[in-house]
Amino acid sequence: MEPLLKVEQIQKHFSTRGNAIFGSNKGVVKAVDGVSFEIAVGETLGLVGESGCGKTTTGRTILRLLEPTSGKITYEDTDITKLSTKAMREFRSKAQIIFQDPYSSLNPRHTVGKIIAAPFEIQNIEPVGGVKSAVQEVMERVGLNPEHYNRYPHEFSGGQRQRIGIARAIALRPKFIVADEPVSALDVSIQAQVINLLDELQSEFQMSYLFIAHDLSVVQHISDRVAVMYLGKIVEIAQTTDLYAAPHHPYTKALLSAVPIPDPKLERSRERIILKGDLPSPINPPPGCVFNTRCWKAQDICLSQAPELLQVGKSSVACHFPE
Amino acid sequence: MTKLLEIRNLKVTFPTDDGDVKAVDGLDLTLNSGETVALVGESGSGKTVTSLSVLGLHNRNTTRLSGEILVHTQSGSVDVNSAPDEDVRALRGKEVSMIFQDPMSSLHPYYSISNQLSEAYRIHNDVSKQAAFNRSVEMLEIVGIPEPAKRAKEFPHQFSGGMRQRVMIAMALINNPRVLIADEPTTALDVTVQAQILLLLRNLQKEFNMGILLITHDLGVVAGVADQVNVMYAGKVVECGKVDEIYYQPAAPYTMGLLSSIPSVYGKGTGRLSAIQGQPPSLINLSNGCAFEPRCSLKTLVTNANCATDKPLLVEDSAGHFARCHLDLATRKIYGQKVAAKGIN
Amino acid sequence: MLKFIGRRTAYALLTLLLVSMATYIIFAILPFDPAALSCGKGCRPNLIEANRIRLGFDKPIWEQYWLFLSGIFVGRNYGMGDAAFSCPAPSFGYSFNENACVTDMLKQALPVTLSLAIGALIIWIIMGVGLGVLAAKMKNTPVDTGATIFVLVGTSLPVFVTGLIFLVFLTIKWNIIPLNLTGYVSIFSNPIQFLIYFILPWLTLAFNFSAIYTRFTRSAVLETASEDYIRTAVAKGLPAKIVLRKHTLRAALSPIVTMAGLDFASLLGGAILTETIYNLPGLGRMSLKAVYEFDLSVVVATTLFAAAIVIFMNLLVDILYAYLDPRVRIS
Repeated sequence: MEPLLKVEQIQKHFSTRGNAIFGSNKGVVKAVDGVSFEIAVGETLGLVGESGCGKTTTGRTILRLLEPTSGKITYEDTDITKLSTKAMREFRSKAQIIFQDPYSSLNPRHTVGKIIAAPFEIQNIEPVGGVKSAVQEVMERVGLNPEHYNRYPHEFSGGQRQRIGIARAIALRPKFIVADEPVSALDVSIQAQVINLLDELQSEFQMSYLFIAHDLSVVQHISDRVAVMYLGKIVEIAQTTDLYAAPHHPYTKALLSAVPIPDPKLERSRERIILKGDLPSPINPPPGCVFNTRCWKAQDICLSQAPELLQVGKSSVACHFPE
Repeated sequence: MTKLLEIRNLKVTFPTDDGDVKAVDGLDLTLNSGETVALVGESGSGKTVTSLSVLGLHNRNTTRLSGEILVHTQSGSVDVNSAPDEDVRALRGKEVSMIFQDPMSSLHPYYSISNQLSEAYRIHNDVSKQAAFNRSVEMLEIVGIPEPAKRAKEFPHQFSGGMRQRVMIAMALINNPRVLIADEPTTALDVTVQAQILLLLRNLQKEFNMGILLITHDLGVVAGVADQVNVMYAGKVVECGKVDEIYYQPAAPYTMGLLSSIPSVYGKGTGRLSAIQGQPPSLINLSNGCAFEPRCSLKTLVTNANCATDKPLLVEDSAGHFARCHLDLATRKIYGQKVAAKGIN
Repeated sequence: MLKFIGRRTAYALLTLLLVSMATYIIFAILPFDPAALSCGKGCRPNLIEANRIRLGFDKPIWEQYWLFLSGIFVGRNYGMGDAAFSCPAPSFGYSFNENACVTDMLKQALPVTLSLAIGALIIWIIMGVGLGVLAAKMKNTPVDTGATIFVLVGTSLPVFVTGLIFLVFLTIKWNIIPLNLTGYVSIFSNPIQFLIYFILPWLTLAFNFSAIYTRFTRSAVLETASEDYIRTAVAKGLPAKIVLRKHTLRAALSPIVTMAGLDFASLLGGAILTETIYNLPGLGRMSLKAVYEFDLSVVVATTLFAAAIVIFMNLLVDILYAYLDPRVRIS
């Protein structure tokens, strides 16, 4: 079965001017440096990593909110990498994004109704029964009171605003949603509500998700497969259960060992891998394997040759000495 | 073990145009040396407001404070709420230090690291600039900054997030305070950096025998570092006790709800998370009854009181383990055990 | 650092070149005859023609421009034979209305404008920033309300209204400041007279500027005071005075200082309204007069001078800002 979305060797580079005043520091930030993956229909791929790994940039690039520097994006057998804005319009009705910050991703001057109605207007779709009733139906589905149609975002709480963002994303029943840290800015008790909602919507509408997050617990809960990113590269992709039970890449191991578990006895008796040093600058990534500056297994080959993403067991790992 | 900090019936109210916001409504807390006490809660629970009160950082003109905050020093005790400004100021950075959530914005962007560290040292110690600089470098080394003498002359924006937090810790501990208040110290950091910082804090605590008051919403972090836990909701403590009791025998419905709703890396598979329905309440015009009542799934089991109108008191269930709930202990124990069994391997 | 200054200087020179060209082009397009204007009314055509040749207006505009440009470096000669005269380098031309080399005119007018600008700057910084800090410290008290009223009045009243009010009340009606009829004196020759001469113009300019700066300072201080690093400073145990001085003000004042630099630059180009009201023989009045009288050389010179000052002050301000804010410097 053909995958819904296929991403091949996507690169997104930003050029920097460095400091404007005292000389220039021209460099290239390789935010995303050769990322490939596939997402099947109805599947959730989790994308995890720490700050600066490139996961948010990846999410935006595959939707062409940012233009890829190179690489290929194929959606439903169509190459969308170079399509014009007009040709992209159809794609846009099938692929949507939910943003992280519910406070800044909604236009404060638009009513909730207008925000959720926007997709219909932009795509020129007249739903049966009219736009307003379609919007209210969506509002109800995400747990908002349809009578609040005329309210403004600031009148809602953080969790409710995120629901508005979700409503806007699912209004046209897309097949694919990029969820960019959708619960990171929410309180713990609200996170669970929103995660449950996303779960339900996925089964109901048969959607695929690219679920971007830094919280490994949340990703584990909602994803079928997980990809781990470090400094613009994918270091490991595996089925969720496999990744968390038996990680192969040293970084994945370190990451998992760093996640605090809400269980005092377990938490205090764990063997912890503490990574030394800091994240290298993305303007000057280390040669060879990007993780070699902090890896306890690094050997000569790691300093000169970047590892390919290869099969190890049932997972794909980019490491010369996978666990 | 000496008693370092005692908070008695702390109330913090912010008068606003729409009414009084009761941010903290009667909090009791004790912190001993060598111990870590965690204040856990979500936004609006009152935990940060509490931590700011300990150092008297609220604006007296816009805040109403009552109750006692006793800081026990070697030369006596000071009640931060009622002592004159000078006495409270003498405590800050010397007996009690604080580190904050966002290390980027908590350091002055215009002054070098050594400048800011030396300043913290010289405020409480009459020493020369050179002596203060040496002390700053010493502290940077203790917190694990490589090449401390060189980096001391640099500016905050030249450090990464984790390094900045180490600098904040160095600045807070430069006068060997007995109490360290850490307000969400790792929330803004990556998880691998968080692990480094928490390890550092644990080691420093052992070395200096400090008492740490940790403010956080992350139940994973609490499990790893806390000895005592106070769970807050809508300005009140709803449960407090030893860390094992809170996690393996939660006694308040809110605590149970929180523990059930966290997805855990080692949790029992996927499936629906049992979320707490509804939202945190507004802190203006809270009802006289239980603040958690609108969201509580166990309220139907309460027979001896009306949760919506009767105020539940903090009651000692067993030695040192308190909970604020009308529901009888036996029923709560059953549900508490169910929660503990589900969530943990 | 040197590369940076070099680059900025190159841009500066290019900008000045373009400014001067633009000015010349404007004059070339305008439908008037400079020779006739310089001769005055009742001038006969052959005299106008003679004037034209003498003053070089018969040449095509680009040649005139070239003569002007080269004159800056080597000086310029006018007229022929017995009626020849020259303006030594750096020559910005010759003013026919004033019958003087523009460079000399600039030399005379500059000290006046400089005194006006510097004096006003000192007063408005002290008043504006001082009042702003006070209003921020005493927020929501009568002092703060008073400051707000001052801000409203000071920013709403145009300079010429303020100037006239001061003139009418302080000098004419109440005689607090004696009317000055002696004209400009340098501060070095007669300080008292100098002060009397400039006090009203200073107050007029300072009134408007200090109102702006009060509002700006107040909001900058309030905004900085709510920053996390101020909270850290207090938590370290620093006394309130040190927190204000060393931490809050240092951060809040950086943008203010740079703003002041730019405002000062614009004043140096000539505070036209103020100089007109008080009849000060500064650059502002000089350029205004030149525009009315279509005196091309003076207009070009004052425009170039103002542009050069602005460019230079921008450079200075950028360097100053980098000194104040380490984040802007290269690491």
